[in-house]
Amino acid sequence: MKSISRQFSNQQFFSFVRKEFYHVMRDRKTLLILFGMPVAQILIFGFALTNEVKNTRIVVSDYANDPASRRITERMAASNYFDIERRLVSHREIESAFKEGTIKLALIFPAQFNESLSHGNSAQIQLITDASDPNTANTLVNYASSIIRDYQAELNMLHSVPYSIIPEVRMLYNPQLKGAHSFVPGVMSLILMLVCVMMTAISIVKEKETGTMEILLVSPFKPMLVIVSKTIPYLILSLINVVSILLLSVFLLDVPVNGSILLLFAESTLYITACLSLGIFISIKTATQQAAMTISLMGMLLPTVMFSGFMFPIENMPVPLQVLSNIVPAKWYYIIVKSIMIKGTGLALLWKETLILMAMAIFLLTISLKSFKTRLE
Amino acid sequence: MKEKPDNNQQLTIQVEELSKHFSHFVAVDKITFDVQKGEIFGFLGANGAGKTTAIRMLCGLSAPTSGKARIAGFDVYRQAEQIKKNIGYMSQKFSLYEDLTVTENIHFFGGIYGLTDKQLKSKTRQLIGDLGLEREAKKLVSSLPLGWKQKLSFSVAILHDPQIVFLDEPTGGVDPVTRRQFWNLIYEAAERGITVFVTTHYMDEAEYCKRISIMVDGKIKALDTPSNLKQQFNVPDMDAVFYQIARGAQRGDKNPAA
Amino acid sequence: MEPVILHSITKTYGKEKKLAVDKVSFAVKQGELFGLIGPDGAGKTSIFRILTTLMLADSGSATVEGFDVVKDFKEIRNCIGYMPGRFSLYQDLTVEENLKFFATVFGSSIRENYSLIHDIYVQIEPFKSRRAGKLSGGMKQKLALCCALIHKPSVLFLDEPTTGVDPVSRKEFWQMLKQLKQQNITIIVSTPYMDEATLCDRIALIQNGSILSVDTPEAIVSSYPDLLYAVKAENYYRLITELGRYPGASAAYAFGEHVHLALKRDKGHLQEAKKEKILSYLAGAGIKDATLKETKPTIEDCFIRLLSRNEYERETRQ
Repeated sequence: MKSISRQFSNQQFFSFVRKEFYHVMRDRKTLLILFGMPVAQILIFGFALTNEVKNTRIVVSDYANDPASRRITERMAASNYFDIERRLVSHREIESAFKEGTIKLALIFPAQFNESLSHGNSAQIQLITDASDPNTANTLVNYASSIIRDYQAELNMLHSVPYSIIPEVRMLYNPQLKGAHSFVPGVMSLILMLVCVMMTAISIVKEKETGTMEILLVSPFKPMLVIVSKTIPYLILSLINVVSILLLSVFLLDVPVNGSILLLFAESTLYITACLSLGIFISIKTATQQAAMTISLMGMLLPTVMFSGFMFPIENMPVPLQVLSNIVPAKWYYIIVKSIMIKGTGLALLWKETLILMAMAIFLLTISLKSFKTRLE
Repeated sequence: MKEKPDNNQQLTIQVEELSKHFSHFVAVDKITFDVQKGEIFGFLGANGAGKTTAIRMLCGLSAPTSGKARIAGFDVYRQAEQIKKNIGYMSQKFSLYEDLTVTENIHFFGGIYGLTDKQLKSKTRQLIGDLGLEREAKKLVSSLPLGWKQKLSFSVAILHDPQIVFLDEPTGGVDPVTRRQFWNLIYEAAERGITVFVTTHYMDEAEYCKRISIMVDGKIKALDTPSNLKQQFNVPDMDAVFYQIARGAQRGDKNPAA
Repeated sequence: MEPVILHSITKTYGKEKKLAVDKVSFAVKQGELFGLIGPDGAGKTSIFRILTTLMLADSGSATVEGFDVVKDFKEIRNCIGYMPGRFSLYQDLTVEENLKFFATVFGSSIRENYSLIHDIYVQIEPFKSRRAGKLSGGMKQKLALCCALIHKPSVLFLDEPTTGVDPVSRKEFWQMLKQLKQQNITIIVSTPYMDEATLCDRIALIQNGSILSVDTPEAIVSSYPDLLYAVKAENYYRLITELGRYPGASAAYAFGEHVHLALKRDKGHLQEAKKEKILSYLAGAGIKDATLKETKPTIEDCFIRLLSRNEYERETRQ
């Protein structure tokens, strides 16, 4: 008898999930946005933003003023990327120029640049950049370095002994260059937040609005299962999005996944759980799709963008905001994904962040399940 | 037809072979009728017969596919804006802003029809007095009983003294006493010369109209005074008349394509 | 034991404790078609939601099929069918998908109880692969009824199933309910249309959250105490005004093509004399074409009378 009833509820459950998929699949416009948005965002962040570096004002502070330093400076000037202001400046002046935002990159040739190169076969150039805009900083450094590398390669063709010029990069304001390639983890935390919180909340509230929720509550189907089965399609959608973002980033943007894919998916599931719980919670507390949407956008998406560290480096924020950023699940997920993808970090170093995310997921799930009612208000 | 507003003040609505097609679907099929000034005209029909589409055309909200129509003397094709200034509209679905007070609603709707502050003030006082809403003037509309809302909503719809007022199921769900009070308001408006164009599902209300039309499958199948229609079909009440006419409807419930 | 029993159910909303249901008590008999008749905002939906375990009453008690609406809500949910007033089904699912879904959710299947819905379903079956959102009002209503019936409930709650539906579809819907009654399903239906009252076995008239009267439609009509005349004249508007001022009139109101005039019964006058008196009064007021006849009261007449008495009592209480 017990197995029959379980079979019954399984059948009910599948029927419910199938119905949810019908809803999702038949709403073409939303579906397009759901799958199109990650692609569009990756493309925007990956290409449009990073590649738009043209005629950037840089300063060259040449303490050497010898043939080698002048050659490199000429090459810099010849490229489309940089507009060069060549003068001798102190470190302090460079700093203030960065603060005013008049320059994005400073190139510093030490005295006896050519000497060290020709006698010691090795010389250093200092590249200082404003890393509070990590994507641009990274691109500028890459361009400058490649010009220097070109010059070095040319030298090496002429001489039998290999020369090496070592660019010494200094990132101002954001020394670890948080944000380099960070749009992939950033887009992931944003998309998952959007799909799980907003779509889930709206789809549940929609049933309240049309009155079908009344029927479902009156049915012998467990109210809790109503909620759970409504979240399943969005869980799956989110995982598909994770896969597509990763594929895009690996094959299109050459941003590799250095760490364990398995761990990445496990952490993503944790984050998705937290987001789905938030979505359920919002749906319980609101009565109209409009309200659910507003709360999801203003209350969830905005803090995610602001405090995940993806758009704006948290280190540069006032302390109260830094503290506030700790309650945003996206921040922790973002740290985790970035570490796994870029640094290849394993769980051994991420256990703290994972625990925090897990605690958040459990907390959110508990309050959303607690506040769920088996009756109407 | 003439370009200028029609001088014939006796006919406020003139409709000739008016049609509306949605690709292959003919929602309204060559309807023709006139409504006189101050007349209470009942516009009945089964669900999906094309009433809503027809009313939208008459209010200048939707362009007809073919045919002619002059509303308050203005042409529905070219003078939609003038039409909107000269008509009032009230529907059961939307009438007033629930989160504004009675006075705020009156001021808002009076304002969009361009009443001056002075007019607004005196009209508001008069309206609130007529409806006996003195105590509720500063209350949110959401706190009023449905019947009061509907009465207020009607009064607001005729605040700017339109030539015609369109009422789309104004009394749905209203109790029988309030329903009658509502019809008293309609009669008063008609006495003042306002043409009333009303749809309803209550067949006893059809009897309160001077003339009624019954729409079936996009066409007007009957148009006459209630007593003539009863005589014609040899039945005791409008309910039976409606049943006789609409029973054969192809659209609506028999064919969901509608 | 009656399948539905309410005992002094009271429900208020919000911080202001707005009274929605005021000490309502009634019982519905097995296999009965019971009508809850009253305008919007009278408290019908609140009563339905309390009985279907969707809402808790502030005070009072109620049982459905012997189960308590608070304690045994799970058992109740197993045995009732419910069609909410604004029920619109899943617009983006087809007719068949909707039906299948609700059958499964209620732990049943279309095949199992097909005989129950057969008569209704055949009417929409030709369109079973059409999305519910593309159906007309009457078709949606039939589908909704099928969905509420598909698990063979013993008590069926229909909240304003005919609101906004044209008279022809309304008639058809009531015919369907008559057929369902034969299957021994207890049906509670609410409606704002007074003319539908006579189609019920018993009715409760409800206004402002309280029950005005519970009885068979015939009994309610026969308890109407006044004499009722249907008066007709060309100038309808003036006729109402003049009759309203007629001495001894307890009410005068529009009623279809006639004006209904209610007079207190007294033993003194003969019927014919009374009629003459009214006609001469009207003639004196300038209405010379009036005709009148004595008429039987309808549920609507009774409701109007009960309403005004209720209003009166309310006023005097204040």
